[in-house]
Amino acid sequence: MLSWTWCIPALPLAGFLVLAVLGGRLPRAATATIGAGSVFLSFAAAAAAGASFLASPPAGGSFTYVLWQWITAGSFSPSLSFTIDALSVVMMLVVTGVGFLIHLYSTRFMADEEGYSRFFAYMNLFVGSMLILVMASNLLLLYLGWEGVGLCSFLLIGFWYKDPENARSARKAFIVTRIGDVSLAIGLFLLVTTLGTLEVKEIAQKAAAQWQTGSTLAVAVAALLLGGAVGKSAQLPLQTWLPDAMAGPSPVSALIHAATMVTAGVYLIARTNALFILAPPVQLAVGIIGAAGVLLAGMSALTQRNIKRVLAYSTMSQLGYMFLALGIGAWSGAIFHLVTHAFFKSLLFLGGGVLILAMNHEHDIYAMGGLAKKSPFTFWMFLIASLTLAAIPPTTAGFSSKDLILALAWQSGGAGRVFWALGLAGVFVTSVYIFRLVFIVFAGPPRAEVHGHGHAAGKNGQQAGPVMGIPLAILAALCLGGGLLALPHDLGGSPYILSFLNTALPAGSIPETPLRTEWILQVVSEAASLLGIPVAWLVYRRSRTAPAAAAAAATPGQVAPAARLPAVARFLQSGWGFDWLYDAVFVRPFVWIAKVNVRDVVDRIVADGVGGLLMLLSRAVRWTQNGRVRWYAAGLAAGAALIVAAVVLL
Amino acid sequence: MASIPYELGLLLAGVLFAIGGVGVITRRNLLMILLCVEVMLNAAGLAFIVGGSRWGQADGQVMFIFLISMAAAEVAVGLALLLLHFGRSRTLDADALKASERSPSAPEAVGDER
Repeated sequence: MLSWTWCIPALPLAGFLVLAVLGGRLPRAATATIGAGSVFLSFAAAAAAGASFLASPPAGGSFTYVLWQWITAGSFSPSLSFTIDALSVVMMLVVTGVGFLIHLYSTRFMADEEGYSRFFAYMNLFVGSMLILVMASNLLLLYLGWEGVGLCSFLLIGFWYKDPENARSARKAFIVTRIGDVSLAIGLFLLVTTLGTLEVKEIAQKAAAQWQTGSTLAVAVAALLLGGAVGKSAQLPLQTWLPDAMAGPSPVSALIHAATMVTAGVYLIARTNALFILAPPVQLAVGIIGAAGVLLAGMSALTQRNIKRVLAYSTMSQLGYMFLALGIGAWSGAIFHLVTHAFFKSLLFLGGGVLILAMNHEHDIYAMGGLAKKSPFTFWMFLIASLTLAAIPPTTAGFSSKDLILALAWQSGGAGRVFWALGLAGVFVTSVYIFRLVFIVFAGPPRAEVHGHGHAAGKNGQQAGPVMGIPLAILAALCLGGGLLALPHDLGGSPYILSFLNTALPAGSIPETPLRTEWILQVVSEAASLLGIPVAWLVYRRSRTAPAAAAAAATPGQVAPAARLPAVARFLQSGWGFDWLYDAVFVRPFVWIAKVNVRDVVDRIVADGVGGLLMLLSRAVRWTQNGRVRWYAAGLAAGAALIVAAVVLL
Repeated sequence: MASIPYELGLLLAGVLFAIGGVGVITRRNLLMILLCVEVMLNAAGLAFIVGGSRWGQADGQVMFIFLISMAAAEVAVGLALLLLHFGRSRTLDADALKASERSPSAPEAVGDER
């Protein structure tokens, strides 16, 4: 019934193959059609799968089918098999739906770039890998997708590889996430050696049967999986790569570093929830990491002056909310926030991309300003996304999901109350940083020329034309209406998506929120959000004068050197000094050791020993190659004589 | 008809082959080398004939005819190469081929390196 769903990841992968092989030979229109079309077909297939799933849910709420046996090694035989359940259906729809909108947007956004087909080949490979990740029924196949998206992230961050700084950012992202990936791999090894399987369902059953809650093994496995999740989702302490990942093109940031790949960690924890339920300390750690991430990243976002870095820190902060929800066992709440976050954050990035193009690749927000009049459409789109991010009605998406998480945190009691307080502070900070951004970019007098003014789409930089505008409008509609999937009870909503997700995820033990409590919590968090707007206005008024002068001197495409900031702001701007810390603790000692140890034992054996031996041998036989034909003929004759003699005598 | 013992025929073939081989190795003149190669080919052909008569089969003679035609082709190509070489380096010395033809535009340099 659903066993045709293999084509959902296969379509983008086929698109990747075609683009990778034919590449530059295709005209741009064909490249765009293949790139975006394959993802659209994949979305159509995912929608059909979702409809078929809803119409006739399979027994047990999940359908697993095996395409073929992947590896057989003794009793360990992982298969290439996919699971279709509520969780994977929701993830598939998000990945392909948002992915298609971003592909469509990219056909215009990247139109003037070199490497057009390379871009779409990578993007298609990414979507295919991400779909494998979310559809895999066992953790080994999930790991394949996990590494695939990591590779695409690396390739796309370094898309403009001619600038060494971009290549450095790509390497940093790859290496830092690799630390998490290694942790995840060790976790998988541990699962294979102890439980003998990587099938998610079997793991859940066997672990529950064999391990006691809080046993060492359960805690170790859950902690190792968490290590992988924090690496991919840019949470503490492996968060340093995400702000630098903004070196890639804006659609890449929207798709990979906001909507989909960075949420893979959240998905992993939700998928293996059985292991985390068995390891309460680790689950608590998930919540702590999330709550800390909400505030730390949010406060860093307050002082950034690169528009994309603001959004990057915002992404880390929002992922913190998802981790917080996972930490209190609100599995479906975390996934719901993942979905709404995909809507509003990709809208923010795509809107930001329009501005960046219009400003001729200017990233410095202090060089922008007054754009509300110049780009009214983008302004409204960006405003809708900002309101959604700050969870302010009339947008419903962020409002429903964030308030749901906060209400559940409050209801879960104990540490949950602390998480609620931190989350509430995060709501305020979120509102301040995003409206600071909105005011600086859109309010006041314009500070620089805007290209492509008017209706005509210019060659370099333009207002959002229809190809870029339609994805923005659709995403804005999703921001406005996405919350209807699970509007709070007191507003007469019904948690459609939550009950749907609960067919695949455990419902959790959090007591139902009474209507009164729900009301009060909503009013409190709305107050925090709304309070953020005037505070942001004050911040904007104060910062409007001084940095503007510095920005005037800045060259386009580059962020002007930081104007004189107080030490605290500089500290926040550097992301709480984590880069500095890691540089001092890991990078520099490592480089030092490498330098000191250039000629160690291995080098002496390999380089001098093996190399020297080969040099000797080569000297011994080199004289035979003297270029004399007759000498070679003699060699041939001698060899033939030797062989004949050997045949005759032996 | 008195027949020659086949051992003698094979011995003759072997001796001819060895003489030809030694000639190829020791001669420096390319023309002589080609001639020696012909001697070796004919030694092989003789071995075919002797073998064919020993076993009373026509295959040996078939192979010899094939060998003659092949030798003709080989000589045509070999002589053409030889002429080309002579045209370039004004010598038939096989050792002059050593490190030769580095750049076709400067054939004179080749002679000097010898």
